[in-house]
Amino acid sequence: MITLRHVSKVYNGSAPAVADLSLEIDDGEIVVLVGPSGCGKTTTLKMINRLIEPTSGEILVNGLDVLEQDPVQLRRGIGYVIQSIGLLPHRTIRQNIATVPELLRWERDRIAARIDELADMLRLDGGLLDRYPAELSGGQRQRVGVARGLAADPPVMLMDEPFGAVDPIIRGRLRDQFLEIQRELRKTIVFVTHDVDEAIKLADRIAILNIGAVVEQFDTPQRILSDPANEFVKEFIGAERGLKLLALIRVGDVEVEEGPVIAPDDDPADALREIERWGYGWAAVVEDGELLGWVSDRALEGCATVREAPTRRFSAYVTGDNTLREALDSIVTSRTNVAVVVTEGQRYRGILTLEKLTKELMA
Amino acid sequence: MTGAPFWNWEWVGRNLNLILDQTLQHLWLTFLAVGIGLIISFPLSVVAYRRRALYPPIAWFTGTLYTIPSLALFAFLMPFTGLSTLTAEIGLVSYTLLILIRNIVTGLRGVPPEVREAARGMGYTDRGLLWGIELPLALPAVIAGVRIATVTTIGLVTVTALIGQGGLGALMLGGFRGLYPDLAILIGVTLSVALAVAVDLLLFAGQRWVTPWSRQAGARVVAT
Repeated sequence: MITLRHVSKVYNGSAPAVADLSLEIDDGEIVVLVGPSGCGKTTTLKMINRLIEPTSGEILVNGLDVLEQDPVQLRRGIGYVIQSIGLLPHRTIRQNIATVPELLRWERDRIAARIDELADMLRLDGGLLDRYPAELSGGQRQRVGVARGLAADPPVMLMDEPFGAVDPIIRGRLRDQFLEIQRELRKTIVFVTHDVDEAIKLADRIAILNIGAVVEQFDTPQRILSDPANEFVKEFIGAERGLKLLALIRVGDVEVEEGPVIAPDDDPADALREIERWGYGWAAVVEDGELLGWVSDRALEGCATVREAPTRRFSAYVTGDNTLREALDSIVTSRTNVAVVVTEGQRYRGILTLEKLTKELMA
Repeated sequence: MTGAPFWNWEWVGRNLNLILDQTLQHLWLTFLAVGIGLIISFPLSVVAYRRRALYPPIAWFTGTLYTIPSLALFAFLMPFTGLSTLTAEIGLVSYTLLILIRNIVTGLRGVPPEVREAARGMGYTDRGLLWGIELPLALPAVIAGVRIATVTTIGLVTVTALIGQGGLGALMLGGFRGLYPDLAILIGVTLSVALAVAVDLLLFAGQRWVTPWSRQAGARVVAT
């Protein structure tokens, strides 16, 4: 756990870079500090490992006051990853990853085993390990930076825009990979970015900072999007607040509507009644839980059973793993104007409609 | 000796030992000057690098030393240190300082700030940072300085023949004074040039060998 109590940093003769900041970061959570440039977020981060000394206040890492510890020892126990990465150009990737374990005087075999483990975890090809940083692509270097930060298995990681220096596609991939790793490792992570979308994607909680590291809101991404504390937050999280919020909610976490469902053996008259009841002009055809497709009311006319009517396949489905934002996409691009929800094995679960999504946003 | 042919190979044959000795002496004087120069300029450079305000006075002082003509310097030192190796080395070392300090400081300043920040953030001590990161990364610039200083010194050593030292300079001076045949002058000049070129190449190769990372920098970039 990391606790900041009334922390300030004042440089001579200017407004405080950080003014009376108090924050509590729980074990195993990712807290993202986000705010405009110059808001003091990086200064805050660097005070935790004492690269910058606070002017006043108290910082505790795992219950110990950092100001009472030897800064060098303190830093060896905290992972540190920065945007410019700062790989040591004269040392191979293997040696770079080994930096902190070597400073901690781990045994050779233990270091070697740890490097292999990390290379595997971050999908760094073994052939890269004996190259120099200049020979790697930007994305590879960022992964090496993360591997190096994780090397000595520190419980706490400080990350300052660690994915900032690569193009958006690779950045997205790195974030996914990072979240995957974090799900397993459960590190306590303080993460700095100016990109609010990155914050929403990664954070368990977001601290939105104003100039002077004034906390405008400190809450989960969902709460910040659905209930921004003030105009500053609203402006900072920007346009498409609804879409961003939808992107955070999984289809599996909301209740779906049953929707118009008929079976192949149903009487067409009953089927038409079911269609009428929902008013979409079509119904899903489900046999023993398996989704076969859909039929329109017009196709049912003159049929002896539902089975005789031409069944058409849905052009798209969503599953519990998809986000509501993806469901929305399915809604607006499908001819039926609903998103059909299925389970992994094509079992029918129900439908999502625009009204339902709107209700979720209001919740 | 007048009247003897210019290509006096017979003299060369009889004096191979002399030529070899003076060549070795030349190398020794050079090595001493650059070695002592490094020992002096290294701490000064680190201080000038750590405390920026100290760089201008250090650069000014060594720059002033550098501008003193060598003959004048030797003449000035003679009453104190006489016709000795010490006199020669005081002069030779003085001339290396400016080149060495300038290059070492440039090399240290060239260490990317993010590398320094990352290293400190990972728990490097100041000393560990200097020896483990800053100096190795400054090495190409440092060795470049050593190369210039060495080549310059090899040229200057010949001048110290005038105060009874001089290595290959002594061959030239002997030639001028008629103690040796004229060919000795040519041999002195040729060997000192050859020495400078050879030592320079050797140092260049040495630099490539100790900084393999700079050789490959940017050479191959593999896709993500």
